[in-house]
Amino acid sequence: MIRIKNTWIEITEAPLSVAAAYEFVVDETCGAVDLFVGTVRNQFEGKAVAALEYHGYAEMGEKVLQTLAERAFQQWNLGKIAIHHRLGLLHLTDISVVIAVSSPHRAESFEACRFIIEEIKKDVPIWKKEHFAEGEAAWKYTNPT
Amino acid sequence: MKINVKYFAMCREITGQPEEVIELKNGATTTDFWQVILEKYPRLEPYRAMSRLAVNMNYITDTIELNEQDEICIIPPVSGG
Repeated sequence: MIRIKNTWIEITEAPLSVAAAYEFVVDETCGAVDLFVGTVRNQFEGKAVAALEYHGYAEMGEKVLQTLAERAFQQWNLGKIAIHHRLGLLHLTDISVVIAVSSPHRAESFEACRFIIEEIKKDVPIWKKEHFAEGEAAWKYTNPT
Repeated sequence: MKINVKYFAMCREITGQPEEVIELKNGATTTDFWQVILEKYPRLEPYRAMSRLAVNMNYITDTIELNEQDEICIIPPVSGG
């Protein structure tokens, strides 16, 4: 976990809390909080998915997320950022990622939140294995569009 | 010299271990690393062209020289989020 004044980064096997991320970023100088929550979906390209297993290089991943947060702070006028990613075996509707961004005005937090999730999908060293309902399982190494 | 190699996800399944110490000749580069690792684990071959390497938790784009005690990790295209 990296927790400094305006940023809370965490890659963990523990369940994620949207409320905790929200509470961290909400700020009296900010009129907006944007939240992105990634959840486990029941299918991939028409095949029924039973569970997703996330595995990754947590220590490096937190460093990459910290750099992402710094880039977002440079690009937009933001209050605070929380980025939390889960590892381990997740079931349908479980939360895999939570991003919370606060800003004085809404446009900045919308844009920054979008930027952060798109960059996570390119650069954070985490992989998901799809466990299909029919029994087989496979690591994904390309991003869904 | 000795370097520390970390394996995650598909790489961990192929190598059967989370990490190991590998002996490389002094002055070895990331290209030499790939050669040694593919000799040891031929099943990693399909990942070579698509993967990046991280050295001491930084992505590297070009071939670089490695140093004693460096920590290196093979990073196939990621699929987090």
